[in-house]
Amino acid sequence: MIGSAVPRKEDAALLTGRGTFVDDIQRPGLLHMVYVQSTEAHALITGIDTSAATALPGVVGVWTAEDFAELPARPSVPGLERHYLAGEKVHYVGEPVAVVVAADRYTAADAARAVEVTYEPLPVMATLEAALAPDAVPIFAPLPGNLALEQPVTPDDVAAELDAAPRRLRARLVNQRVAGAPMEPYGVLADWVGNGVTVWATVQAPHRVRAEIAQVFGLARHLIRVVAPDVGGAFGVKSSFMPELFLAPELSRRLGRPVKFVETRREHMTHTYHGRDQVQEVEVGFDENGAILALDVTITVNIGGVPDPVGIGLPTLTSYMLGGCYRIPKIAARYRSVLTNTTPTASYRGAGRPEASFLIERVVDLVALELGKDPAEVRKVNLIGPEQMPYQTPFEGIVYDEADYPAALELLLGELDYDALRAEQERRRADPGARLLGVGLSTFVEMAGFGPTPLFEQFGYLGGWESANLRLQPDGSVIVLVGTAPHGQGHQTAMAQIVADELGVPFEAVSVFYGDTAVVQEGIGTMGSRGMPVAGNAVRQAAVEVADQARRIAAHLLEADPDDLVRVGDGFQVKGVPDAAVPLAAVVERSFKPHLLPEGTRLGLESTAYYEPKNLSYPSGAHGCVVEIERDTGRVHVVRYVCVDDCGTVINPMNARGQVHGGVAQGIAQALFEKVSFDAEGRPLAASLEEYMLPGMLDLPRYETHHIETRSSFNPLGVKGIGEAGATAAPQAVVNAVVDALAHLGVRDVEMPCTPERVWKAMHHAS
Amino acid sequence: MIPAGFTYVRAGSVEQALAELAWHGRDVRLLAGGHSLLPAMKLRRVEPGVLVDIGRLRELAYVRLDGEQVVVGPLTTHRTLERDPLVAEHVPLLAAAARRIGDPQVRNRGTIGGSLAHADPAADLAAAVLALDGVLVARGPSGVRDIPAAEFFTGVRTSALAADELLVEIRLRAATGLGYAFEKFSRRALDWAVVGVAAQARPEGRTAVALIGMGQTPLRAGEVEEALAAGVPAAEASALAARGCAPADNAVASAAYRSHLAEVLVGRALAAL
Amino acid sequence: MRVEITVNGRPHEREVEPRLLLVHFLRDLLSLTGTHVGCDTTSCGACTVLLDGVAVKSCTVLAAQADGCEVTTVEGLGGPDGLSPVQEGFRQCHGLQCGYCTPGMVMAATALLAERPDPSEQEIRDGLKGNMCRCTGYQMIVESVQWAAANGGAR
Repeated sequence: MIGSAVPRKEDAALLTGRGTFVDDIQRPGLLHMVYVQSTEAHALITGIDTSAATALPGVVGVWTAEDFAELPARPSVPGLERHYLAGEKVHYVGEPVAVVVAADRYTAADAARAVEVTYEPLPVMATLEAALAPDAVPIFAPLPGNLALEQPVTPDDVAAELDAAPRRLRARLVNQRVAGAPMEPYGVLADWVGNGVTVWATVQAPHRVRAEIAQVFGLARHLIRVVAPDVGGAFGVKSSFMPELFLAPELSRRLGRPVKFVETRREHMTHTYHGRDQVQEVEVGFDENGAILALDVTITVNIGGVPDPVGIGLPTLTSYMLGGCYRIPKIAARYRSVLTNTTPTASYRGAGRPEASFLIERVVDLVALELGKDPAEVRKVNLIGPEQMPYQTPFEGIVYDEADYPAALELLLGELDYDALRAEQERRRADPGARLLGVGLSTFVEMAGFGPTPLFEQFGYLGGWESANLRLQPDGSVIVLVGTAPHGQGHQTAMAQIVADELGVPFEAVSVFYGDTAVVQEGIGTMGSRGMPVAGNAVRQAAVEVADQARRIAAHLLEADPDDLVRVGDGFQVKGVPDAAVPLAAVVERSFKPHLLPEGTRLGLESTAYYEPKNLSYPSGAHGCVVEIERDTGRVHVVRYVCVDDCGTVINPMNARGQVHGGVAQGIAQALFEKVSFDAEGRPLAASLEEYMLPGMLDLPRYETHHIETRSSFNPLGVKGIGEAGATAAPQAVVNAVVDALAHLGVRDVEMPCTPERVWKAMHHAS
Repeated sequence: MIPAGFTYVRAGSVEQALAELAWHGRDVRLLAGGHSLLPAMKLRRVEPGVLVDIGRLRELAYVRLDGEQVVVGPLTTHRTLERDPLVAEHVPLLAAAARRIGDPQVRNRGTIGGSLAHADPAADLAAAVLALDGVLVARGPSGVRDIPAAEFFTGVRTSALAADELLVEIRLRAATGLGYAFEKFSRRALDWAVVGVAAQARPEGRTAVALIGMGQTPLRAGEVEEALAAGVPAAEASALAARGCAPADNAVASAAYRSHLAEVLVGRALAAL
Repeated sequence: MRVEITVNGRPHEREVEPRLLLVHFLRDLLSLTGTHVGCDTTSCGACTVLLDGVAVKSCTVLAAQADGCEVTTVEGLGGPDGLSPVQEGFRQCHGLQCGYCTPGMVMAATALLAERPDPSEQEIRDGLKGNMCRCTGYQMIVESVQWAAANGGAR
């Protein structure tokens, strides 16, 4: 079944309206919780008048920060703990200031508006420049200034290497702030009964949420059940620990009734954390051939008004991946995490790695431009060869697994018909009536398959492994429990495909469950493209162990040595003796008959496996984008988008294609459409889907997908992960194409998003 | 997401709707398709105390030919404008503009009367109605009056319609068989226009050009029209598109870019006539 | 006020606040939670249902406006013999990932095919431009609708 494009097991429920998303869940006596959000970006709270709100019929209560003073602070980096609600001051527009609970969502919305908060304004520092200015006011009280963290990632510099390089250039690249904007906003339903609580939440790591709730409430973990039901997209933004994960349980405990919180889109756009928002200062040394000799990078990341423990350190991952898929002998990297009066930032699809890929791919194009060489040629000069794999990068512990980067580029160039495109480009440039044509390349590698444990526990996780429990039912069907918490990735289907192959059972005979701490053994979750590389291998390992158990029982049944059995159809056979065979169902049934089994045999066929990856995995590929640009308006049309991806073994080509499409769509969206921006007073300018340019069906192109399958030797399935590849590859493919189209006008860079106005201005100023 | 509470009145007749308007004064809003009003109410930008639902006054949903004019009932949906054969034959510009509004779901509910009364400076239909020399018929307590489209839009989302008046008809000059063009520039396909242009050739040889997104109201590009009438070639006339306009300068687009877009789009529209 | 709305063929009479949105009437009063809410600006289309046969965004229709009307939600498609062609097309062509936009997308696609049984790719994209999806990048949704068009259409 591995490699087969079977339709998904998930779909029947989702297509008929029988999915179960958090807001779909009703409980008797359910109450609704709504935040009162800050309208100011930086201000002291001078008063909160809740009297009008509490007087409304149906309102149960209004609570402010002081009402939760007894609750231990939200988990974070030690010293940077955060409160649940803004207390003395607010740090950004949208920060929760008070919480309202009412009998229904309409009354709750009315009450939230009836709470009167008065503020004394403080200077607003909505930009990095303002926050780092000498007269800046510290934003987040535990920190003396707005430079929250200054971190050298590499111990030394590359000054000597740059000096020695025949050529060098500098660039300042901006990876703008974007919003994950899953179609389902964040939601939590908490039902505290007796001495424990059940929490349904739109989260990516239910076991970790359970651990955090246990810590805050001082409860043993068995008293807490966290369920991630159907989750309507997450893209990393549902891996942050939002205050409602704790406030809903606490209010349910106090009120003795279930409490539900579901964000509106407007709340989501200002409350749930954003992603990216890096400024990158780069200097690169290279030779006349285009060979890159040294890279020096300083990253400044805008982490918003309240530091998120993941957001503050994400540029570490950017730094690790700065070399891309190139042999760069020496890289020096450092970063600064800076507070501003904006919504906090944390993980978003790719979380730190797309920023690195963008940087190095723009740099390669700049080098090509500087040398007057074709960007494809400069890539060929620098690409790591397949014979060099596994490849140790300049960063300790960052070792790329098997891949053939030059082959991916060659396949891409062939699919693009690259030389013909270049000829067409020349023709268009000479024809003032024609749209300009640009071709952008992105030969990328990203880091996936998170763990291993020593790395992943730095992000607060129990481990970097993943777990699977597999048990055969007496009729030969299979139940699998896996520790991931997918939200669209199709794990029911892909895991069943793995199990079907390892156990020799029909795909239809496998059911996969996840996302419920009361059902699933300890697990980690779904993020960092770890579904197949880590969880898939855990499932495989559990299946291998159960198959081995089954073989022993079959051998006993057939009175043969286990080593003499071979798999046939749906059972076992003694090698060379077709009559001596037994179907798996008979083996399973036998496994529940203690009197018919050898002394000491464990009953049932079941295994719980924990798979710890030896290393990260490194999906890679080559993407190409062809754009046309309207000369008179600057509008960019993506006319072709071609992907060559190598995610190792492909479990389900249809799912893999879907993951590539979705990632590429988000990457194109970042390149051309999306930006979360604020005015100088810190007021959000993109707080709805009317203002935030999430592209629609007419705004995105067709994608042409191709795969190279280079198995990774780092895990038994040979998989690498695919969830973040598209988002990692696409932004620079598009931007490189845009700049390429305009290069003859002297344009060297266009900042994302490449809006028509920006492109028009770039053309205008250049000519 | 949740509108503030209000009293709901379903009007059984135009007379009842007018009586409700007169009775409730400034606290009342008319609800037709609701696709301008309800979004504003959900964000609590508008909190009327009374909603008078005129959505069931079927007598206000029609398209008729009346001599040289096409008359359109205010409750006619964008969907109908897209598909109506009379519109297609006599005022196809109106259909072209309707087709570019929002998305199919919005067009299924939104009405021409609601759109015009909402008076958004970037409303697609407003451009078409202006270019078609539309006359908006308002009915109030003291009777019926005609408001030329060019005088109807008075500011950002404000119109010449009095608080106690109801838009009861839109009259458009038929432009049967004459050239027309609707050009809209938006960031995403479903967005409001950054700038839009409606151009309509006239039997007497004149060309009407209307702009949206170029000021506080939809407006006619007077200098372009005069230049064309004086025989200036279209390519030169379009360069005058932004003359006298004071477009918004905001996060959506700078004033300079809007002005440039106006020239480009007017050029495209005139070339397509 | 009292409203009577026929949903998926069954009449439902309820006392409602005038401001109650149709989507909340369906979700909260009738427990038809297949219709989702993804935004508050009539942008995303997750709440799309058929109102007297035409696709509307039920977050921008008052239950009061739907009084006396017929509504079809995703729960009303398909039947005992399985998925509707549009639903089946989405399954066959992987037209969904997280599934949150899916009911609205399926309803909009059903309405589209009812009017245009054999749409071009451009017509599909134009017809579904009021429905946002964050997972698929849309292409496999287009392919799903093409599959449905070739296999039974808007049934």
